[in-house]
Amino acid sequence: MAKVLMKGNEAIGEAAIRAGCKNYFAYPITPQSEVAEYLSKRLPEEGGVFLQGESEVAVGYMIFGAAGAGERVMTTSSSPGISLMSEALSYIAAAQCPAVFVNIMRGGPGLGGILPSQGDYFQATKGGGHGDYHLLVLAPDGVQEAVEMTMQAFTLAEKYRNPVMIMGDGLIGQMMEPVEFPDGLKTEPTNKDDWATNGMAHRKSKKRNLVKSLFLDPTALNDNNLALKAKYAQMKKEEVQYELVNADTDYQVLITSYGTMSRVCRTAIDMLKEDGIQVAMLRPKTLFPFPEKAVFDASGKDSCQAVISIEMSMGQMVEDVERCVKGRRPVEFYGECGGDIPSPEKIIEIIKALL
Amino acid sequence: MQTEIKFAGFGGQGILLSAKLLAYAAMKQGSFVAWIPSYGPEMRGGTAYCTVVISDRLIGSPIIKNPTHLVAMNRPSLEKFENDVKPGGIIFINSSLIPVTSQRTDVTQLVVPVNDIAIKAGSVRAANIVALSAFAAKSNLVDLELLKECVKNEFAAKPKIIPLNMDAFDLGVKSAQTD
Repeated sequence: MAKVLMKGNEAIGEAAIRAGCKNYFAYPITPQSEVAEYLSKRLPEEGGVFLQGESEVAVGYMIFGAAGAGERVMTTSSSPGISLMSEALSYIAAAQCPAVFVNIMRGGPGLGGILPSQGDYFQATKGGGHGDYHLLVLAPDGVQEAVEMTMQAFTLAEKYRNPVMIMGDGLIGQMMEPVEFPDGLKTEPTNKDDWATNGMAHRKSKKRNLVKSLFLDPTALNDNNLALKAKYAQMKKEEVQYELVNADTDYQVLITSYGTMSRVCRTAIDMLKEDGIQVAMLRPKTLFPFPEKAVFDASGKDSCQAVISIEMSMGQMVEDVERCVKGRRPVEFYGECGGDIPSPEKIIEIIKALL
Repeated sequence: MQTEIKFAGFGGQGILLSAKLLAYAAMKQGSFVAWIPSYGPEMRGGTAYCTVVISDRLIGSPIIKNPTHLVAMNRPSLEKFENDVKPGGIIFINSSLIPVTSQRTDVTQLVVPVNDIAIKAGSVRAANIVALSAFAAKSNLVDLELLKECVKNEFAAKPKIIPLNMDAFDLGVKSAQTD
């Protein structure tokens, strides 16, 4: 298919359709409302269901319901809306249902602002809701990757029967870039008869499926949490994605950065190179599972004097970076939030100060 | 090689569309492009601006402080952004609404009475197309025939207004050539 110029928000909507998603429930919030606008028009054309819930709390449980019935389902929201959905996320993870959540992050805490931010890293990777669970978290750096990750997200959600979250930000949602849509994934999940409450009529087995998150028997609850833990361990083994930039040089500094922020860093790295300063970047594409070993390895290069995590937050991913560098290099942080994205010139100034 | 163009005016002038059409034509020419709107709280009739980046390589930072060129459709936009333009760039001035020119001497100023030309073409609403084609003719960033085709496609659902916009396009090109 030829390239088209699309807003990130609309491209995410189209990607979901091409992945075979027939159910989308949402509540509008800036800066992601174009996803809902787009799908309210497109999904009925595809025989799907678009529904605007009365609140994000309701939407979270609509997602749970559809996911429990084995349907491909997605919602999109922005930071405060994701907070309201977090209870349902915990339930969906506990009940082991596949679903796709997109967070087009805006500044927080509280109502915050409507401009781009990366302030929800902790929320996405360390919990958000209660209990021992993880989301599989993908972080695109542009519209094309947002499309690819949205499509991947459904496959991953079904492989692990676990909610997958895509972490974009206001800029990725609002920006237009050329996109090419990969071939669709319009296949049905193969194993849903084993667990989903999708009706008995067509099944050979007469086993009744039960989707639940309440385990009053301590052994049963422990077993369920062990099953979740095993899935997270498998994700760590099989699903880590990251990109290394300028890492084949004798770089003096290693940047860790993701999403929109990583693009600014990429430009700064090119500009620094012209000044004869080599800097590399490790860009996690999965925030959970985090590229632990890759960060450890990249920080250990002899030429590397320091690691710096650059984020549109007050310092969140840097805690994972510190954990993975294991103290063998100093780990610094630079971040801005509130909506003004740091410029490449600012990043260059920060890097030069490290040397 | 990377070129950045800031389009600025007030809401309703069709700034975002002009910028999108330029990005589209550049994409069709095989360039990497990005269209970055300013979004934020604005009142009706407030300022609207966005930036198009056209590059021969993957676009890194989409945050552009100093664009190569500026298309200013009203006076506040000129005053707000004229000093950001890189030396050697083009500052496009809609003289129908901007009674002054820029103090900058290190840029090329293209002064076109966009609204008056659009009225001549049939409707002031085509002012954004006049500005787009005039700027494109001066900057040589995209092939003019290809851009014209993109404008035509944009209005495919409203065939009645295609002739108006085609006329506006041609008059815009002419105005840049006679400037």
